[in-house]
Amino acid sequence: MTRLAAGIDIGSMATKAVIFDGEVRGEAVVPTGWEPREAGLRALREALVGAGLSEGRVERVVGTGYGRVSLPIFDRKVTEITCHARGAYHLNAGTRTVIDIGGQDSKVIVLNHDGAVADFIMNDKCAAGTGRFLQVMAGVLDVTLDGLGVLAANAEPASLSSMCTVFAESEIVGLLAAGAGKEAIAAGILASIAQRIQGLAGRVSVLGEITFTGGTARNPEICEVVAAHLGVPLHIPANPQLVGALGAALIGWDA
Amino acid sequence: MTMMKAETFAEIASLRERNVIALKEAKEAGARVVGTYCLYSPAELIVAAGAIPVSLCGTSQNPVPVAEKVLPRNLCPLIKSSYGFAVTDTCPYFHLSDLLIAETTCDGKKKMYELMGEIKPLHLMQLPQVQDEAALDYWVLELKRMVRRLENAFGVKITEDALHDAIRLCNDERRSLQALQDVCRQKPAPISGQDLLTVLHNRGFSVNKRDAIALVDRLTKELQDMAVAGVSPFSAKTPRILLTGVPVGIGSDKVVRMVEESGGNIVCFESCGAYKKVEPVEEGTADPLLAIAERYLRIPCSCMSPNQGRFELVERLAREFRADGVIDLTWQGCHTYNIESYSLKKYLQERSGIPFLQIETDYSESDAGQLKVRIEAFLEILHRSLGAT
Ligand code: SF4
Ligand code: SF4
Repeated sequence: MTRLAAGIDIGSMATKAVIFDGEVRGEAVVPTGWEPREAGLRALREALVGAGLSEGRVERVVGTGYGRVSLPIFDRKVTEITCHARGAYHLNAGTRTVIDIGGQDSKVIVLNHDGAVADFIMNDKCAAGTGRFLQVMAGVLDVTLDGLGVLAANAEPASLSSMCTVFAESEIVGLLAAGAGKEAIAAGILASIAQRIQGLAGRVSVLGEITFTGGTARNPEICEVVAAHLGVPLHIPANPQLVGALGAALIGWDA
Repeated sequence: MTMMKAETFAEIASLRERNVIALKEAKEAGARVVGTYCLYSPAELIVAAGAIPVSLCGTSQNPVPVAEKVLPRNLCPLIKSSYGFAVTDTCPYFHLSDLLIAETTCDGKKKMYELMGEIKPLHLMQLPQVQDEAALDYWVLELKRMVRRLENAFGVKITEDALHDAIRLCNDERRSLQALQDVCRQKPAPISGQDLLTVLHNRGFSVNKRDAIALVDRLTKELQDMAVAGVSPFSAKTPRILLTGVPVGIGSDKVVRMVEESGGNIVCFESCGAYKKVEPVEEGTADPLLAIAERYLRIPCSCMSPNQGRFELVERLAREFRADGVIDLTWQGCHTYNIESYSLKKYLQERSGIPFLQIETDYSESDAGQLKVRIEAFLEILHRSLGAT
């Protein structure tokens, strides 16, 4: 059994690292930027510093996320599907479904009773229903992602017909010009993400408890809207953004 | 694959290039060439007319941008590629064809053929989309219409004897193709899916069917010997995949490549140029045309409704080839296969529960990153059930 393992999740927007030795010893989140390699190394260093450990002590490093191909320090690479499932199951063994809204894609993962992945589905090529979509739309409204949630709270959603980032963007510009309130538009954006997730979830058999992971799940309003669309409560981990890295660290620790 | 007998495979791998010259020479010596696009094209009639059938199905991204000047962008890439080759005249096999045979299969293809018919003589067969008695009667009439078209175009007479001979020859080709694919029932398989696809794809360009059969038989023999000796590029722990869905060929093989680069092995292609093709025509019947019609109408393609035959075939092949998972490949814009994927998944879940992954993509490389995640995650599922770490 490995005594100290690290998981590094290099996503398109953020890079996350978790150090695990039976419990979480350190964690870090850094922006990925243009240098996924650098980001991976930096996240690892920061997590180790936080844990008060030196790099040499880590026995196994498992990489995941889009940048997983780019780091030579990885002992093993595992997809984010398997890592999110592993992390979510560790945090809540009742998890049978994981919903993850990542920067570049979103996915619904179905787990067996023993935590193994049974089935999964990912959104197609375009950015609809992803963190990237939210980021672009928040930009059009000139707010941050958190600000988008704050705006949307309690507002009656404006209906957005387009889920495509390019068209939704011009639709929002049009709505603003026609005098629609930013609050209603923000609520409409969240509803459109939730619909997309609902559509994905409809394509696999969603059973049991649902854990919501990925950076987007830090936003309480989004969690609320997604839960309302699915009609069931969601389990939100204390740090949903780190679940993939945690899963990677756990896989390293298991080995 | 280093272990395979290099010469036979190399011979087949270069078949497409070498056959262009052979086909050109045959044409100069007076041979007629008939281009086909689909498994429903009855090769027996072409052979019985003394002509050479060649497969023209577009499997390359290259001519797609030109095709998109005329065709909608969100159309199936196979249709765009096939049309693109025709309109740019960049496929030597298309160039050398005297006549094209096409069918009313899916909507995209049949409307594209209207445009293609302006480029080269094209005979369109009206394919029924149901597999019952009335459809068979109609399909027999369509075969007769094709016989007349071939006879008129080439000034020949298609006799019953010629039909019987053609049936025997095409059946021998099917037997040979089945034997080749059946070597992968062996666990682990002696040949990669990528190499198997290369063979299946390239032999479609053969000028002389008998030579091609002999060549494939030779390769099969070598592979069987390797299997007996336990030689394989894979191990007992390699996840075995059955690939079903739309036609794939060299050029449109990115999913095959990715699966095998990620540590899987495609052991069976339940697709058009592969296992769907191996069912023989009944030999020695009183009415050879009827026997041909029956065999072709039974092809389990998603343009048929209902298409129960495909579900049964996939389930059976997955069992017989001891597949650990099924990947259903569907081209973007292919409504029939995309919709049918839902029913296929359900059918398999209710029976064997074999892990299933649908991949919807096109010929471009633009989604390579996302596809890799899906494929690797699917293989991780299979690895786990195979007990590997
Ligand atoms: S998938 Fe159907 S339409 Fe396409 S080539 Fe095969 S049989 Fe023909
Ligand atoms: S893959 Fe689908 S859309 Fe494309 S030609 Fe075949 S049946 Fe038609």
